[in-house]
Amino acid sequence: MSADPTSRAEEPNGMTTDKGSRDAAVAADLVPRPERLDLAAVRERLDSAEGPEFWRTLEEVTGSEGFEEMLHREFPRQAAVWPAEGVDRRRFLQLAGASMALGGLTGCTIQPPESIVPYVDQPEQLVPGRPLFFASALTRGGLATGVLVESHMGRPTKIEGNPDHPASLGASDAIAQATILQLYDPDRSRVLRQLGRIRSWNAFLDDNRSGLQALAGLGEARIRILTETVTSPSTTAMIRRLLAAYPAARWHQYEPTGRHAARAGARAAFGEAVDTRYDLSKAEVVVALDADFLADGPGSLRHARDFMARRRVRHGTESMSRYYAVECVPTASASVADHRLALTPARLGRFAVALAAAVGVPGLSSPADLDERTRAFAEAVATDLREHRGAAVVIPGEQAAPDIHVLAHAINAALGAQGETALVTDPVEAEPIDQVASIGELARDMAAGEVDVLLVLGGNPVYDAPADLGFPEAMLKVSRKIRLGLYEDETSRYCEWHVPMAHELESWGDARSWDGTITLQQPLLEPLYDGKTATELLSVFLPEAGEVTQRQSVEDHWRAELGETGFETAWRRALHDGFLAGTALTARTVPLRAGAAREASTALLAAPTDTIELALRPDPTLLDGRWANNGWLQECPKPLTKLTWDNAALVAPALAERLGLATEDVARVTVGERSVEVPVWVLPGHPDGSVTLHLGHGRTFGGRVAQGVGVDVYPLFTSDAPRGASGVSIEPTGRTHRLASTQMHSNIEPETEQAEKRHLVRVGTLGEFREDPEFAHHKGHALPDVSLYPEYEYEGHAWGLAVDLSACTGCNACVVACQSENNIPVVGREQVLNGREMHWIRIDRYYQGDLDDPKVHHQPVMCMHCEQAPCEVVCPVAATVHSSEGLNDMVYNRCVGTRYCSNNCPYKVRRFNFLKYTDHETPVLKMMRNPDVTVRTRGVMEKCTYCVQRINHARIDAKREDRRIRDGEVVTACQQACPTGAIVFGDINDPESRVTKWKEEPLNYGLLDELNTRPRTTYLAKVKNPNPALEEA
Amino acid sequence: MAKEPRPSASDRLGKPPVLAPGHTTSSVTDQISAVILRGTPRWWYFAFGFSFLLVLLLLQSLTKLFLEGTGIWGLNIPVGWGFAIINFVWWIGIGHAGTLISAILLLLRQEWRTSINRFAEAMTLFAVACAGLYPLIHVGRPWLAYWLLPYPNTMGMWPQFRSPLIWDVFAVSTYATVSLMFWYIGLIPDLATMRDRVENRWSKMVYGALAMGWRGSAHHWHNYETAYLLLAGLATPLVVSVHSVVSFDFAVGQTPGWHATIFPPYFVAGAIFAGFAMVLTLAIPLRAIFNLQDFITLRHIQNMGKVMLATGLIVAYGYMIEIFMAFYSGNQYEEFMILNRITGPYRNFWWALILCNILAPQMIWIKKVRVTPALMWIVAMFVNVGMWLERFVIVVTSLHRDFLPSSWGMYAGTKWDWATFIGTIGLFLSLLFLFVRFLPMISIFEMRTIVPKSDSEEASA
Repeated sequence: MSADPTSRAEEPNGMTTDKGSRDAAVAADLVPRPERLDLAAVRERLDSAEGPEFWRTLEEVTGSEGFEEMLHREFPRQAAVWPAEGVDRRRFLQLAGASMALGGLTGCTIQPPESIVPYVDQPEQLVPGRPLFFASALTRGGLATGVLVESHMGRPTKIEGNPDHPASLGASDAIAQATILQLYDPDRSRVLRQLGRIRSWNAFLDDNRSGLQALAGLGEARIRILTETVTSPSTTAMIRRLLAAYPAARWHQYEPTGRHAARAGARAAFGEAVDTRYDLSKAEVVVALDADFLADGPGSLRHARDFMARRRVRHGTESMSRYYAVECVPTASASVADHRLALTPARLGRFAVALAAAVGVPGLSSPADLDERTRAFAEAVATDLREHRGAAVVIPGEQAAPDIHVLAHAINAALGAQGETALVTDPVEAEPIDQVASIGELARDMAAGEVDVLLVLGGNPVYDAPADLGFPEAMLKVSRKIRLGLYEDETSRYCEWHVPMAHELESWGDARSWDGTITLQQPLLEPLYDGKTATELLSVFLPEAGEVTQRQSVEDHWRAELGETGFETAWRRALHDGFLAGTALTARTVPLRAGAAREASTALLAAPTDTIELALRPDPTLLDGRWANNGWLQECPKPLTKLTWDNAALVAPALAERLGLATEDVARVTVGERSVEVPVWVLPGHPDGSVTLHLGHGRTFGGRVAQGVGVDVYPLFTSDAPRGASGVSIEPTGRTHRLASTQMHSNIEPETEQAEKRHLVRVGTLGEFREDPEFAHHKGHALPDVSLYPEYEYEGHAWGLAVDLSACTGCNACVVACQSENNIPVVGREQVLNGREMHWIRIDRYYQGDLDDPKVHHQPVMCMHCEQAPCEVVCPVAATVHSSEGLNDMVYNRCVGTRYCSNNCPYKVRRFNFLKYTDHETPVLKMMRNPDVTVRTRGVMEKCTYCVQRINHARIDAKREDRRIRDGEVVTACQQACPTGAIVFGDINDPESRVTKWKEEPLNYGLLDELNTRPRTTYLAKVKNPNPALEEA
Repeated sequence: MAKEPRPSASDRLGKPPVLAPGHTTSSVTDQISAVILRGTPRWWYFAFGFSFLLVLLLLQSLTKLFLEGTGIWGLNIPVGWGFAIINFVWWIGIGHAGTLISAILLLLRQEWRTSINRFAEAMTLFAVACAGLYPLIHVGRPWLAYWLLPYPNTMGMWPQFRSPLIWDVFAVSTYATVSLMFWYIGLIPDLATMRDRVENRWSKMVYGALAMGWRGSAHHWHNYETAYLLLAGLATPLVVSVHSVVSFDFAVGQTPGWHATIFPPYFVAGAIFAGFAMVLTLAIPLRAIFNLQDFITLRHIQNMGKVMLATGLIVAYGYMIEIFMAFYSGNQYEEFMILNRITGPYRNFWWALILCNILAPQMIWIKKVRVTPALMWIVAMFVNVGMWLERFVIVVTSLHRDFLPSSWGMYAGTKWDWATFIGTIGLFLSLLFLFVRFLPMISIFEMRTIVPKSDSEEASA
């Protein structure tokens, strides 16, 4: 497995290509050689710092005269033919004839012969056309999630969750899905550079080894290693070896939007660094304090699966858990909450105190100045929690203040949740330190000139370090700065050396998942651009060892850990599974520190509630900005706002009205001395009195996609207020900026009103369901199945899909999974503004009720594969036809692009290639595409196919084994990715299939069923379980 | 020669003559053929040059379109059809008056049609040419547009005959063929006249070839009359069928605002309405420029105004029924669609449409307006704009907010949409200028047939 040679020919330095080197070599052959080559000299020059990086011939490297001469003579081959005194006629004609013949011949370019030969020894299991799946891991915030990577002939093309891995159970999220695009991102850093000049790895080694060893000789090498959060045992071991070798070295960790609050909160609550993870499979009542626990953060995939397992209301299982969301920023998770309360950060603190007091955390009393609604809410929630002792849990959000974490721990302890639903364990991280303090310390030391060598492994501190630290300026004081990065970004520009980093799918590695399980990474392909891993780079600086390969560094570590006996078997097993089974951290009983809750409550109550507050959040898809160069994630509509390609200041409608702001007005948000200018987005359900800004946008360097998209709000991100601040002022600037939302924003009112009248999302309560399981049907106008025309008959399979609306959080995993599986192009901001996004599955967001506190509903909409499809009859060329299994097939090569089908589609699920959206040219992107799915060209309609390529794969298998396709054998990409298991696909001709069972549920209904299109995709109405005490109030 | 016709008997009865008195057969021939024989006037170069520049603009936009795709237009996903379809329907509608005048009025023996049928038919042809362009270029892959034709092929594929777009292909191509035949056959005797009258040898040969050996024998006339009448019979159903079929593009769809049984008659009436408006728009300046007031008299202008008024009222009825049905049906989607048209983001288009298509033509009730060509021209211009707006309202406002509010969107034509539209106007005008320069724009021989009548009318007075 090696990189596509054509991609190498495209090196950005504009130097030679393969073809060029061949030509030059041929030419050089014909020049009489005045001197013999000195190979030793060649080697020396290549290794030396000044040697050329890319060389064509050995002569060039030695700088031989012959070569120089040849370069400078215009026609090296024929030059000698023309004598100085001129040519006679005969000779001239001979030459002219010859050049004409030769010119003519070379004009018909004969492609250089390339041998395509079969394997002599066919590698085991490698069958062309059949993908292989390898277990590996992707990390986020240092925490690993097990994945299975689909590999076609050595090319990874798709990422799925690892069904055996505890953090995934087969699910994945939007970012994991988009990782495949990151791997093949043409903007990834491809060369090692020193101050912008391309250098070799050997040159890097020489320069740094000698430089460093000189310092080590003094015993005073003040090396600073800056990493992101590290859970990897092998990397940690490597760092510790390095720290031992250089006594003056220090290790810093920093990520801007990591689990700072959780670490600080745990330390304050328990007096030691511990982690708390939540087991929602037992939880009857869940209270989320500013936590997007189903869609974001550690263990969210597992939370989603466990949580939803208790909320599947079906005929016969008429019970479900209850979920209260109290939050500062509307989240995807809260769209499935039974009750939601939006509060500004300071008010949320007060609510937490009130809740803790009501639950009975000793030493607390409810704040006196709480408004009536919040008080009633806190009391009702507390009563509910107390009634479910042992099966109730309070989850504090990653971005909630540490004091809220303390109170949450206290409440959980008071409820007896510890050990049941809230498991306290040793820390998963290798060194759980205060990262904001750590980077502050580094910045101070650098500014003071106390750092000799800075190793920045990953991360992007120049862009995302707290603004008050002056990190970039401090960096200038360090003489030797080495950067390992996936992209040449803002930080690379401040470093002397930039080393391309190996992508996670290109490297060996290990990391712990949220529950501590050791998860292994194995490379799916050789590094495309000679990238290095952190361990590889660190090993360079070890005085004793030589270079350590990636594989060695991981394998040797585990050989030492696990012991030599039986290692090979255990290791192979672990690589196959993707993780070391049984390495999850066990729960401990950790007593709460006395007085912690009271201290936290005093601090929370001291926060002023009379100013406008700011909540700084990682972007839902770009996080802290590291995913900014990923087109899939940029174009992925953010949950709730449906914004793409931009960030906005989210404010409540009431606040916008008071400030005289409207959506798309550019406002200046000022905190103290610092301010940013951001377009406003009026978000229903946002707490009144605060403004939310998302980090991660406005990158200035680091890729063509990332640059200049959105506004960088890191200027407001400071080390004393990394989650936001109070005393914020917002004023209009008088300018406007168009925001590309995939769902219209200017008409929330008619949209909401019509959505409700049309019963698109049917919602009921558990009480209603118990009384009348058919409630969803009474809301629509389904027509009886009568027709003048004969019905289609399906003798084999009849495919159908059902979506459980109760379970959909709108997290977008399905959207990006579909994009990856089906080669769906990215169209860019302008095209989204024009309404031309290409996603085959979209998540419709509807509001219900009050503008200030609406209920939010998500509805994934893909092709309905109607039994009586309006698109089929109107296509003039029969490019969209009904299949014998009831699929509505799209025949791309027959499509002429009249777009009539889309006009006639009541669900508007069809997508049209108005322009040439797919990048057919960039070689590296060709490697990414799913070979089983046609890449569409301009002028062609496309839409969801129910992943027909997967159906066909299963059909081939079934035919070979002479059996029917089994239920569960065909899993659509959206279904596979869905963390909550909200989507099920299968054969509706099979009475035992899951999809048939779902469709038999009384909750099952068809979208727009009064049109009699008889969709194959149906929905299970959303059921909520509100607390009667709060309903009455 | 510029003179208003003298008052005659019919004039005194409030009815201007169809041919100004005092004309003889030779004066008719002289005056009409003189337009061509006189040589090219200087203004013609400017007018033709200007419209040809617009044709170049059309070529430029088509080149851009073929290179980049329909994405250069303002189309998007709820609104999959835009200017191209609007303009297609608009141009097709304009063409209808020509066919109506030449075929139906011929069969009904409305002799006032004689002086306007020739250029009305030419206008039909040119409008159909402009219209026919759009379905070809609006598809995503125009190089494959011929797949809409039923022809034997190696793919073993027929078109999908249930699609109204296929019906369109048949309707429009039949219409274009019949219109061309009708127009050309009607031209033959006059081409012979021109052959006999031009001096230039080359022109003689061209006209001669086109006249197909017409000598004016009784036998020729007999065959001619039979063929012409048969073609008129053939063309008559087309007046109704073409625009009915065009309306099926919408009516067969289930989008609220499209799915209406009123569409075929309402579209046909709209087409005739639009067509007469365009005939007036062209006839009024042409008669002034070429001093043809004797042939295109106030009688013609009045009659055309009356047809416009009548069809305009049918169209108004169509609008009313649409609104009525939306509420009467109890269908919430239809109801919302109508309210959205009237009060939604495109309400200005709807109200402008009402102004142009319903209110403005009411001026025709006033006789003073009917007999003042300038005022009639203004009314006709209102109708031209109004009919374009009508198609915009039908196509865009129905699509932009249909069933699922999540998919709602907005639409606006881009500069390339406009360039293409203006370009086809340029094509239309260029063809028209070529026509008035090289072919007799009024049927000479038919005018000659009404000369005696005109004289006798005067005599009887």
